[in-house]
Amino acid sequence: MTRTVISVERLSKRYRLGVIGGATLREDLNHWWARVRGRHDLLGPIGVPDHGNRQGGEIWALRDVSFEVQEGEILGVIGRNGAGKSTLLKILSRITAPTSGRAVIRGRVGSLLEVGTGFHPELTGRENIYLNGTILGMTKAEVDRKLEEIVEFAEMAPFIDTPVKRYSSGMTVRLAFAVAAHLEPEILIVDEVLAVGDASFQKKCLGKMEAVAAHGRTVLFVSHNMQSVQSLCTRCVLLNRGQPEVEGAVESVVDAYLRGAESTEKPIWADPVGLGDNEVRLHRVHVLADGSDGKASVFFSNKPIRIDLEVSIQRPNPAFCIGFDLMTSRGETVFRTFNTDVPPHQYTPLSKGRTILSCVVPTGLLNAGRYFVAPRVALHGRSWILTADPLISFSVSLAHGQSAFWNLLNEANWPGVIAPILEWKAVPLGNDSR
Amino acid sequence: MSEPSHDVFFGHQHITVIEPQGRLFDLKLRELWAYRDLVLLLVRRDFVAQYKQTILGPAWHFLQPLLTTLMFTIVFGKIAQIPTDGLPPFLFYFAGVVIWTYFANVLTDTSATFVRNANVFGKVYFPRLAVPVATLIAKLIAFVIQFAFLLALTLWFGVRGAEVSPNAWVLMTPLLLLLMAAFGLGLGVIVSALTTRYRDLAILVAFGVQLYMYASPVIYPLSTLPEHWQFWASLNPVAPIVEAFRYAYLGAGMASFGMLTYSGVVILVVLLLGVALFNRVERTFMDTV
Repeated sequence: MTRTVISVERLSKRYRLGVIGGATLREDLNHWWARVRGRHDLLGPIGVPDHGNRQGGEIWALRDVSFEVQEGEILGVIGRNGAGKSTLLKILSRITAPTSGRAVIRGRVGSLLEVGTGFHPELTGRENIYLNGTILGMTKAEVDRKLEEIVEFAEMAPFIDTPVKRYSSGMTVRLAFAVAAHLEPEILIVDEVLAVGDASFQKKCLGKMEAVAAHGRTVLFVSHNMQSVQSLCTRCVLLNRGQPEVEGAVESVVDAYLRGAESTEKPIWADPVGLGDNEVRLHRVHVLADGSDGKASVFFSNKPIRIDLEVSIQRPNPAFCIGFDLMTSRGETVFRTFNTDVPPHQYTPLSKGRTILSCVVPTGLLNAGRYFVAPRVALHGRSWILTADPLISFSVSLAHGQSAFWNLLNEANWPGVIAPILEWKAVPLGNDSR
Repeated sequence: MSEPSHDVFFGHQHITVIEPQGRLFDLKLRELWAYRDLVLLLVRRDFVAQYKQTILGPAWHFLQPLLTTLMFTIVFGKIAQIPTDGLPPFLFYFAGVVIWTYFANVLTDTSATFVRNANVFGKVYFPRLAVPVATLIAKLIAFVIQFAFLLALTLWFGVRGAEVSPNAWVLMTPLLLLLMAAFGLGLGVIVSALTTRYRDLAILVAFGVQLYMYASPVIYPLSTLPEHWQFWASLNPVAPIVEAFRYAYLGAGMASFGMLTYSGVVILVVLLLGVALFNRVERTFMDTV
């Protein structure tokens, strides 16, 4: 029998722009005086949000969000940056209060927005396990019981009585994760904290989370990582501009998230302001069938597919890596490509001003299906400038097979992210049965 | 379905209701009690971390009041020659400094609660009051060390023939301490709640506490004040406490149950106001810090 453990009713959160940050008494008195004299009242009621979630001097990070979570479910909450995921998480973790609406949570809640909260560098690993554990809501007796398990999970037994300031950052993260993984609340609220730490350790933690859900506990998981959402969650909510857009089966919600790229059907994305920083900005992404005017809605795998990135460069830098990740609708990366993948003398020359960088996906590579382009710009070895969500998508029809057997193939009956045609050879071993 | 809970608060029936505004005077003491282990660990952290990488370590606990008292003895006793109710000046100042230091430390430390813990408060929920309450207890440890030193000093002066006469008021010590703690906490949380919006206050606290000491009978006895000033000076809820404390151990001062009751009422009001304000601010302060 299922039981509703989290019910969220018309939850809203408003932030007032411009008043975030330290105000002084004088500024506040000025604001107050302005209101007294009858100027626009910033606290007044708000009209219907016709144009997104921004309005005047305020922003609705969440607007009338309602949903329910049943016991034992792993609900994934996904959405683009600014969709309200973190705000929802903060309200449900009681870090900040909502502006209106309410949420009722039945059962002991553990929320994990960060690992290692409250770690003190002067204290030893053991002392920090106790401190961090109790901050996360465990009692001392619970930590006592699990101490050995935690130390073992973190693989830290020899260093447990050393001050944490002597640990490497990797060790600190491992210890922090070990504590977090041993929380045993009935309801676990998790942010994308799993994104840090090395891969094998991540896997260990994901496994631990699945084990939690298997014990009839409930997990609310907020993430950008479609792969972990798909492997973990039993249901999904997509937030868009502070409102739930789609809710339901994981596959369909993840698909809606990926399709939510600025243009859903037209294979083009354009933004006059662009993304990036002052040194390089991306203005336009365009997919076109190479050699034509590009006005295709479906691309065929036997024709080259060209992807154009229109960038403006302020200060040319030989360390710029501009490219994209090609992703499937399930969020897996098919490949990453940069203009600097070739030997140095073949790098595309970058000059100041607007430039179109294009690259061609060769024929005979992609399988049928929908593909997504997530642009990436980096300053090699130093920093990421742009790691956008998938911005545009395009569909590919399988057309490069010359085989008579390929005539009726499509993505449903030919598995694989890619569909290369490989050369086969037969080496006869002779007709003799011996 | 759930494992048997060791704690009533954390039991399976536990229901969290998240709403825009909580009740104003909901002090959430039950919740604080559920997190008592955290309070104790925070006390330990404060105490251990404070003197790590210092040469003198906990010796600072009595060096600080000792040096302060020495300075007071020279400046106010020898130079300004302010009378000390017939008590040895050094002992008189030390008694005042010990009880005052506890109050001042609690106030200064708790007033930085939100600003100093913003990174932790932004990531996880626990009753925010756990932090100032832990401060209260951590400072108590320092007080006990200084207090023991005061007793030793009193004994030494007494043996050498000074006019000191500890009396039954000594039994009031826990109450006096409780009042000081409550007042320090009350004022501290009010300031901490307001500093989330007005950073000016953080600067004010540092020297405000200094000024407040001169307004309280720490370096002078109430009895030396002119008659009409005494009334105003004893409106200060700290005054009857300091006087009573000194009277209890040294036998000179103006100890009065009436005045202590007055102090108690004022302090209770300040504490309730402080906690209410604190609970209100803790709900949304992450949006403004």
